[in-house]
Amino acid sequence: MLQNRFIKQLFSSFLDLAPILAVVLIFQVLVIGQSVPNVASLITGTFFVILGLTLFIQGLELSLFPLGESMAYAFARKGSLFWLLAFSFCLGFGAAVAEPALIAVAEKAANIASKGNVIEQTNAARDNYALGLRISVALSVGFAILIGVLRIIRGWPVYYPVFCAYACIAIMTPFAPAEIVGIAYDSGGIATSTITVPLVTALGVGLATAIKGRNPMTDGFGLVVFASLTPMIFVMAYGMVI
Amino acid sequence: MIEWLVNFALKLLETCKDFLPIITVIISFQLLVIRRPLTNPKKTLAGFIYVLLGIVFFLEGLDMALFPLGKLMAAQLTTPEFLGLNPLDQSISWQAYFWVYIFAASIGFATALAEPALLAVAIKAEQISGGTIRAWGLRIAVAIGVSFGLALGTFRIVTGTELYFFIIAGYIIVIIQTLFAPKLIIGLAYDSGGVTTTMVTVPLVTALGLGLAEAIPGRNPLLDGFGLIAFASLFPVITVLCYAQIAQWLSNRNLSSKL
Repeated sequence: MLQNRFIKQLFSSFLDLAPILAVVLIFQVLVIGQSVPNVASLITGTFFVILGLTLFIQGLELSLFPLGESMAYAFARKGSLFWLLAFSFCLGFGAAVAEPALIAVAEKAANIASKGNVIEQTNAARDNYALGLRISVALSVGFAILIGVLRIIRGWPVYYPVFCAYACIAIMTPFAPAEIVGIAYDSGGIATSTITVPLVTALGVGLATAIKGRNPMTDGFGLVVFASLTPMIFVMAYGMVI
Repeated sequence: MIEWLVNFALKLLETCKDFLPIITVIISFQLLVIRRPLTNPKKTLAGFIYVLLGIVFFLEGLDMALFPLGKLMAAQLTTPEFLGLNPLDQSISWQAYFWVYIFAASIGFATALAEPALLAVAIKAEQISGGTIRAWGLRIAVAIGVSFGLALGTFRIVTGTELYFFIIAGYIIVIIQTLFAPKLIIGLAYDSGGVTTTMVTVPLVTALGLGLAEAIPGRNPLLDGFGLIAFASLFPVITVLCYAQIAQWLSNRNLSSKL
């Protein structure tokens, strides 16, 4: 049973990678036609990515997703506003800290920043910078989920917080250091990935189902977009502070 | 071999640290606030171990395959030999890099169309709209948005234009569209941008952007290398809102022609 599901998941992880591999292969053969160095390492790495994704998603489905989803529903149904908001913030924060794509890209960004002499060229400085980026993103995702939950409870239209975030970003960018803007803009999309999206969607849909007069189909959405905008603001702020 | 094992163990330990906050949140809220014991502690523990091992393998694989692959593509598509230009010529016009834009667009289109999370969202959209919006139409709208976004993003890296202008212009378009779009679909359209930036696409696209900024003369990875993900998550919002608008308009016209 488990074996079977594992193989199924392995196959679907491969399917996730397949479009990328196909496009790269087509370009290599038809357009570029040069030799590719380190083919063995590329293939091993691809295998690791597939295996890693499989274990990761299988593990999430066994542990975090059922727990997180049932809790999201439980908090949405009863419980005080305070605990609901506290849970929303912590869920967003924890999910963003664990997001593997964010771990990888923050490390990359730290390397680039240290090559460009924005930070010192030591391992400690790089680690600090990467951690700072991830904490900023995590705080902002927590904050976004908190506001988003408040929005669903109060029944504000989806675009109010989104337009506010747009205005904030437009005003802040000219004042932020130029070298932080790129990574700040990207961090939003990176933060809303494999762990965050399903948990946050469960929370939104659970809330909209539980509250009278809300439609889970329409009010349940809109949490993810806000969680992908606030990291831009928080990371730019981080760049201004350091 | 031993060195590799030690390295692996160290990475595993580091990942534990990354995963600790979410585990603490879930478990402490479960025990202290909801006050119910875990229904299946063994299964949960096994799940956490899977997740940790998964992240370690995934990150290792990224460093070995997806990051180098993105960088390699960026490097190969911009070599003077490939472009058929004189290597000493520093003033290469942006049109010369057209294969870069095509590559970025193809990656965006293919990954978005194959994204399983998007399929789920698309089916939901069809239900919300009562069939006005087709699941397939929405998926194609998102795929066009991502591919156009990535192509424009690579164009920005090649020309070194400010990221700010493109993104703010995109925001203004979204604001105008929101005012006219069917109300029911707005939340879903907004979220469609976040759905396409997955664990697999993010590293490849990041590496592609950084690689381009390194390879193209006059560009600096620090200032120009990032930003592709921002494009890939903004433009689907625009195309989905646009598609929702067209779908509503078509269905209204059909209704009025029947009357």
